[in-house]
Amino acid sequence: MADSGVIDGPGRKDEIERAKSEGKDLTKEEKQRLRKEKKQQKKIKEKKDDKASQENEKEKKPVTSAAPASQPPTQPTVQKAPSAVPATAPVSVPASEASVPADKPTKTKAELKAERRARQEAERASKQTKKGETGQQAATSKPKAPPSDLQPVVKRLPEHIQVDNPDVLKKLAKKLERQQTPEHYAAKKIPLRSDYGYKVSLFSHLHQYSRKAPLTQQLSIPSTVIHPAIVRLGLQYSHGIVAGSNARSVALLHAFKQVIRDYTTPQNEELSRDLVNKLKPYISFLNQCRPLSASMGNAIKYIKKEISNIPSNCKEDEAKNKLLNCIESYINEKIILAGVAIAKCAIEKQKISDGDVILVYGCSSLVNHILCKAFEKNRKFRVIVVDSRPRLEGKEALRRLVQKGISCTYVLISAVSYILPEVSKVFLGAHALLANGYVMSRVGTSQIALVAKAFNVPVLVCCETYKFCDRVQTDSFVSNELDDPDDLIVTRKGTTPLEGWENESSLGLLNLVYDVTPPDFVDLVITELGMIPCTSVPVVLRVKNVDQ
Amino acid sequence: QDELMLVEYFRDQMKKDPDMASAVAAIRTLLEFLKRDKGETILGLRESLTSATDCLTGVDSSVAVSSGGELFLRFISLTSLEHQDLSRCKKVMEERGELFLEKISMSRTKVAKLCHTFIKDGAKILTHSYSRVVLRVLEKAAAEKKRFSVYVTESQPDAAGQHMAEALRKLNVPVTVVLDAAVGYVLEKVDLVIVGAEGVVESGGIINKIGTYQMALCSKAHNKPFYVVAESFKFVRLYPLNQQDVPDKFKYKADTLKTAKNLSEEHPIIDYTPPSLITLLFTDLGVLTPSAVSDELIKLYL
Repeated sequence: MADSGVIDGPGRKDEIERAKSEGKDLTKEEKQRLRKEKKQQKKIKEKKDDKASQENEKEKKPVTSAAPASQPPTQPTVQKAPSAVPATAPVSVPASEASVPADKPTKTKAELKAERRARQEAERASKQTKKGETGQQAATSKPKAPPSDLQPVVKRLPEHIQVDNPDVLKKLAKKLERQQTPEHYAAKKIPLRSDYGYKVSLFSHLHQYSRKAPLTQQLSIPSTVIHPAIVRLGLQYSHGIVAGSNARSVALLHAFKQVIRDYTTPQNEELSRDLVNKLKPYISFLNQCRPLSASMGNAIKYIKKEISNIPSNCKEDEAKNKLLNCIESYINEKIILAGVAIAKCAIEKQKISDGDVILVYGCSSLVNHILCKAFEKNRKFRVIVVDSRPRLEGKEALRRLVQKGISCTYVLISAVSYILPEVSKVFLGAHALLANGYVMSRVGTSQIALVAKAFNVPVLVCCETYKFCDRVQTDSFVSNELDDPDDLIVTRKGTTPLEGWENESSLGLLNLVYDVTPPDFVDLVITELGMIPCTSVPVVLRVKNVDQ
Repeated sequence: QDELMLVEYFRDQMKKDPDMASAVAAIRTLLEFLKRDKGETILGLRESLTSATDCLTGVDSSVAVSSGGELFLRFISLTSLEHQDLSRCKKVMEERGELFLEKISMSRTKVAKLCHTFIKDGAKILTHSYSRVVLRVLEKAAAEKKRFSVYVTESQPDAAGQHMAEALRKLNVPVTVVLDAAVGYVLEKVDLVIVGAEGVVESGGIINKIGTYQMALCSKAHNKPFYVVAESFKFVRLYPLNQQDVPDKFKYKADTLKTAKNLSEEHPIIDYTPPSLITLLFTDLGVLTPSAVSDELIKLYL
């Protein structure tokens, strides 16, 4: 079969060459065929190296190739996110289908022809949906757009909020398989982390992992696909050793610096393109260990942009040094200096005055920094730290503030309405600021903002501009993070009431990580650009985009 | 010596044209100061202009003077000052200063043009204290042959409301002066509330004569629209969270600040109205919602 495929190929190829030389545009069919042939040849090379493990996968593929073939035309119209999954999904479908004939030489020509026709139909349908999206994106559009552009635009949801859709999961599995070095096929892929426990129905579209089954257990040793610094980072994320959006971003950037230092450009490859491809499996791996935060997403976008802007005539050492410097300056400017500027702004503009009673929630590195700096400038104030289960991050904040000598009070979040009449200001940290002015932060923040509003206490959010993201969200359900439900189980006086919760069919434990606060509850956002009202976040985003 | 001259000039300007906003007089003074300045460096020039603004704030402690001064400085330096010759640079700055002055003298007319359409025939308007911008708006509306009647609060301690009533009577507009305490009582009769502003802050709120906050709260409770008319040079880089957050130097008259021994015994003459109580702001940059003020400020200052 492989032969006949190849034999037909060159014949068609001649036609295509002729069409090209005559200056005609390749028709859709011809382009599809070209692409398929290239993929076939690549797959043939890989098959020659390692056939044994392939048998197992080929068993699965005919089944899956038939299903996704019918899926693309019937896929419901949903929102597309700038993730690579929708783009790779239709491409992985023909890849899997192309490899099928290579392994089954006993099929008759008629069957193969029917298969090919089915494949082409599937590809055409998926191309139409993809065309709708690219037409919408206006990124790289072909000069003579076929009439399928006028079809209603098919949008896709990001895959991380479609966990209850089995097809999306299959596509994700395939995507992870594809992200590996082409030399060795087996045992080098990034494993797919499986969900754990019963998920509450409102949140069944999100991942829920167990901390007792970290992704690193499924990796082979030594893992040459993923750099050891990244493996360590992933483990630190999934166990909560590195927590807090600033800490996670800085750790990510340091790990990437290590990766860049150890990187060597392979032959016949350009650093700017190859390094970006190298980073993609790392990012998928980290995403599985713990979903990426908005700040990490922005940092990754910045790095990818810097890498792809490296000129091709640049020597490798020079390029690597340049990248390391870029990352250093990003950390310095956007995180460290921004924190200093925000503290200065808050203190100079009298947002912390003598006699203030300030309420903080959880542990935000930026808010702690501001309070410590204000205390150094001899402002007389006291702090009330509000904490909540299961993370009890407030204890860390309490420790840091008391070490400095600030007088603190510690309450749990259930006592917040009792203590609020004493409070003069509320300082909150943010995980991300969304484009419609909503503040995404640790779960419990919107509760505190709501109660503060009811008591007419001003609420100030402190956030660096690198955490501003283009997403729009009005509720906490659509996109969130589910933590390990076993964290909610606690042993008091020798009894563990929730011990056998998995066995109860109607019991679900929900451990949410983030929630979203509307801008009406927030009075002021302090950024390194100054103090802005919550509704001006899109203006800052616009100004930033103009700068870039 | 320079300072005394400055203050003299400022007071002269105020006397010459009582209809002119104090901020405009301050900017005229600053322009004159720029022309007479004998500095040798641009940085020195900027510093002396800043200290001149501070000095004028010491004479007239309204928010508009300090905001007008800062905006003036920003406007004249917002051009390429790459000339080698200092006198050339100064000339450019002076030209920009004249341009700025011209723009802001037209601002009241622009505001009036935008706002008078919101006053319908037969409307009853409530306003607070004496504001020249509101007066200009009502003049324009009267000129458009609209029939309306006005309630003005007396606005103690300086009874500025009486002054406003006088001016309106000259326009043949039926006017009633009410007590400051009667705002809640009279609100059920009125259709809309229009006030001026001494300063517009970053959050979109306003700083105005004491009693404005009360009026805004009552209009919110009665669901009446609360409109603010202000020129763009009154936009200031403050962000008060509550009444206490407004700096003391604006709250009291300049003389009180110098002579008073215990400020807590003095009565403040201004208060802060948060943006949630304001429906619309009419400025020479257009009709803005309170949240759009921050966008405009970012454009003006950054």
